[in-house]
Amino acid sequence: MGGYISSQSVKKIIEINPYMLGTMAGGAADCQFWHRNLGIKCRLHELANKRRISVTGASKLLANILYSYRGMGLSVGTMIAGWDEKGPGLYYVDSEGGRLKGTKFSVGSGSPYAYGVLDSGYKYDLTIDEAAELARRAIYHATFRDGASGGVASVYHVGPNGWTKLSGDDVGELHYSYYPVEPAVVEQEMTEAVVA
Amino acid sequence: MECVFGMVGKGFALVVADTSAVNSILVHKSNEDKIMVLDSHKLMGASGEAGDRAQFTEYVQKNVALYQYRNGIPLTTKAAANFMRGELATALRKNPYMVNIVLAGFDKDTGPSLYFIDYIATLHKVDKAAFGYGSYFALSMMDRHYHPNMTVDEAIKLAEQCIEEIRSRLVVAPQNFVIKIVDKDGAREHSWRRTTKD
Repeated sequence: MGGYISSQSVKKIIEINPYMLGTMAGGAADCQFWHRNLGIKCRLHELANKRRISVTGASKLLANILYSYRGMGLSVGTMIAGWDEKGPGLYYVDSEGGRLKGTKFSVGSGSPYAYGVLDSGYKYDLTIDEAAELARRAIYHATFRDGASGGVASVYHVGPNGWTKLSGDDVGELHYSYYPVEPAVVEQEMTEAVVA
Repeated sequence: MECVFGMVGKGFALVVADTSAVNSILVHKSNEDKIMVLDSHKLMGASGEAGDRAQFTEYVQKNVALYQYRNGIPLTTKAAANFMRGELATALRKNPYMVNIVLAGFDKDTGPSLYFIDYIATLHKVDKAAFGYGSYFALSMMDRHYHPNMTVDEAIKLAEQCIEEIRSRLVVAPQNFVIKIVDKDGAREHSWRRTTKD
């Protein structure tokens, strides 16, 4: 709310269901509510159709809901990440009604900073650990430069059996692990003056 | 800014659009396909606000399909254009769709046609059309070099000239473009013109 940090431990990755995640940017309440609502709709789909909903379908459900509230002041910038029959899926959905399918996205006020780090280190065939470290680094660099970003860098992995949380590091601690403070070289120590 | 342009040739119509998905200063994607294949012989290149573009074009696509299912024959290009204009006009004074559309189609009896439909529900049947900041460059290029009954190769060359002009003169030029064509054999993707791989 303006120039005030109310919490450094907000969970910005929302667990929609065991194989789908949503990210939070924009209005926290809007993101939390509509992701929860999406989770409900996904579960209803499963019950009605006896199969899991695809990431394409889930993101479209959310995009259509947000589109219908267009112009009414919702603030949601989110990515829907999940695994379905077609493999991994990543969609960017926002409160303007936009929906984009892609292989990498960055959302929020710190997103340009994160894009820089993400784009320079990205290859399609990164290992899970390499990808997690790239993601962590991108978030860290964004929090370093953007005053409205910070707190905890959470990294999740989404695989064929669902998501797992890989890490949740305080970005202050990440800073010192990436850039440790060198102990100052003491050039001259003060000693007692020699009494002649 | 988003560019869409198109032209009619001998037995075909061409639509070219940039493929960038942009949010203020950020390019989220540079391979977003903005030319929707409405049905077997219609192409619709759309530019405009993010949500409106996808939602309106899909709405039109589904209604065009519905007409075909209900009546057993597809809509003509002219009918589809007028349907779109009607929807834009109805929404205009309540909840306007901020989408500009270039509709290209091929009908067996009337041949290729191109329609210019802008966000305030203007409708014109034209030989060449363009939207966006790129239109400042593309329209004069087309006015100078276009002639009726161009071959596919001549039209592609003209489209390339327009793309090159946009790339060199527009301050925030889009990186990649897609070219789609519709003729008696149907609507299909022709080629891409890329400067970045995504």
